[in-house]
Amino acid sequence: MTKSSRRTLALASAASVALLALAACSSGGGGSSSAPITLTETDYYTGAPQTSQIAGVLNACGAQVGVKVVRQEVPRTQLVPKLLQDAAARSLPDLVLADNPDLQQLASTGGLVSLSASGLSTAGLYPSIVSAGSYQGQTYGIAPGVNDLALYYNTNLFAKAGLTPPKTWAQLTADAKALTSGSRKGIAFSAAATEEGSFQFEPFLWSAGANLNDLSSPQAVAALTLWKTLVSDGYASKSVVNWSQSDVEAQFQAGNAAMMVNGPWQLPLLNAAAGLHFGIVPIPVPAASDPAVSPLGGEVWSVGRSNPAREAKAVAVVKCLLSPAQAVQWSKDAGYIPSNEAAAAQLAKSDPQLAPFIAEVATAKARTAQLGTAYPKVSTALWNALQEALAGATSPQAALAQAQAGA
Amino acid sequence: MASVLSVKAPAAAAAGAAPGRRRRRTAWRAAGFVVPAWIYVLCFYVYPLVSNVKMGFQNYSISSFYTGSAPFVGFANYTALFRDPQFVSIVTNTVLFTLGSLAFQFALGLALALFFRRVFPLNGVLRSLLLVPWLLPLVVSGTVWRWMMDYDSGVINQTLLHLHLISQPIPWLVSTNTSLVAVILVNIWVGIPFNLVILYGGLQSLPEQVFEAAAIDGANAWQRFTRITLPMLRPVILVVLTLGLIYTIKAFDIIMLVTQGGPANSSQTLTTYAYNLSFNQLLFGQGAAVGNILILVAIVFAAIYLRAVRDSGGDRR
Repeated sequence: MTKSSRRTLALASAASVALLALAACSSGGGGSSSAPITLTETDYYTGAPQTSQIAGVLNACGAQVGVKVVRQEVPRTQLVPKLLQDAAARSLPDLVLADNPDLQQLASTGGLVSLSASGLSTAGLYPSIVSAGSYQGQTYGIAPGVNDLALYYNTNLFAKAGLTPPKTWAQLTADAKALTSGSRKGIAFSAAATEEGSFQFEPFLWSAGANLNDLSSPQAVAALTLWKTLVSDGYASKSVVNWSQSDVEAQFQAGNAAMMVNGPWQLPLLNAAAGLHFGIVPIPVPAASDPAVSPLGGEVWSVGRSNPAREAKAVAVVKCLLSPAQAVQWSKDAGYIPSNEAAAAQLAKSDPQLAPFIAEVATAKARTAQLGTAYPKVSTALWNALQEALAGATSPQAALAQAQAGA
Repeated sequence: MASVLSVKAPAAAAAGAAPGRRRRRTAWRAAGFVVPAWIYVLCFYVYPLVSNVKMGFQNYSISSFYTGSAPFVGFANYTALFRDPQFVSIVTNTVLFTLGSLAFQFALGLALALFFRRVFPLNGVLRSLLLVPWLLPLVVSGTVWRWMMDYDSGVINQTLLHLHLISQPIPWLVSTNTSLVAVILVNIWVGIPFNLVILYGGLQSLPEQVFEAAAIDGANAWQRFTRITLPMLRPVILVVLTLGLIYTIKAFDIIMLVTQGGPANSSQTLTTYAYNLSFNQLLFGQGAAVGNILILVAIVFAAIYLRAVRDSGGDRR
């Protein structure tokens, strides 16, 4: 290397270091009012149509507040680990769309901004979702829309077999048996080793009268026995232990299952499927007089700690995202129920498909209501029990007793 | 690292003959080459390793990430692990997975290597085709295997059913009895090319004359294999087996892709268990403890491997 070329190199590298430093200042600073602030956002909406809709809503609200929002989507199972890593590096995204049962755990890290202290109101929202977004008396997450579970059934298959949609567990088993033929199964649900498995089992668990504090109660055993019978008698595929809720939707849409347990967010996909006719009823209960209890699903917006200027902008974006107009439109497009009770009641009148979901959401239970930050651990024990009972030779009693010991 | 250090030695030796100023300059230059490598090793190997060992003795909770403080708890993470009723079955799974994969990978790899030693048309083409499992990204082959092993509509079950070899589909990935067998099968498929390539290379280096002399002396094929091929191939076999062992015991991606360790943890090994503890159950201390146990095991076998390499190098010289 010649002397002059070495000097050029040194100059070039010095210049690039200076440039990098400048770039770091401009992206990390945000205090200056002249440069537009860029906010980061993370969510787990990887599937259609939610993934494209959320991008549109973010752009709209970003423009309204006068910031640029850079979105990052990660798989559901990786969201919490990623946020924890970010928290360790003090670089939490400005906006986080987290699953409501994870919110309290995230808030317990101390990395989230209190939305109630920032002046955001939860008046008029379903009390269950408000409680799911609160931690130690402060609101850290607010949902624009919520969801729950119901039973979808294929009307063509039911009409052909001369059946009516089931209301009780006995009817559910009988219908599933009658509709199982060849490669088609009576029912599909998800017993995956993820939160989705617990979420799908909880309506059965709760409407049986069991609760998450006592996983080995006779009522819980009865609920798991129902699932085990459906699988071991062949009315549901053995693959349920590996199916996510979108796999369940695919099976139902392809006609491989006559019924499925699923949520309203599948409606946009199902309505777009040609030749598919389906109806929706509440999840069957043990006896006709028992109440149907669905777990409350849905994601909450929260704001990661950064500096006051950025936090203020992020709170403004969340305020826009939660504004009645945006929340209702977004819920409609994504197949969610507006978290605002009045708006939801309005929607129930105009949308008969959503009506059964909206009827159930009023009594839906937040998963963290009873257990708070301990919920994820109990949920893990619960989905392990589902897997033990459905994929192995373990009895529902033994599987749930083991889960209770480990929870 | 080893190569960087060995470069330094002759440079320093050459500098010994030169005048003082030049020697100092050469020493600086040599340091200039070594220091970046050391910084790299410190940042990306030593620091994470030390952190992991430390984390194994800490109660690293969720808020630890934000506050940065995690209390030391001694061996509590390890005792919690050993008391976990699942731990025994997970260690058993790891042993079965490692030994099962290793035995079949090696046997099939050696059989194929011997087969390809013969001269026949399309030998080269076939041999390159057998390398495909090795060249494919694991994400691709793992996902394809997952589809093929699907219970309801997977091609393996459909084929076996149509051939009337089975009357009921095999619950490859959906039963606690078969999931471990399924991941071992996939891992054997993945590992054959590695064994084939190394053993084939070893076979090529064996002198032809010895085999000819044995044939003239009346040794049959089996005798030539057990009395000549195997003993002469011993150093290569040792390297293949120890390397294979290290690769298999740390296998993570293939299990994660095919079964995620399920159903009901029936195909969970120590690596996937460590991931599961840290990133699903958020018990980072216990996850780190499992990682440390794995590191210990790997160090033991790495030492054996390094010895084997040294010995085989000595044999050749």
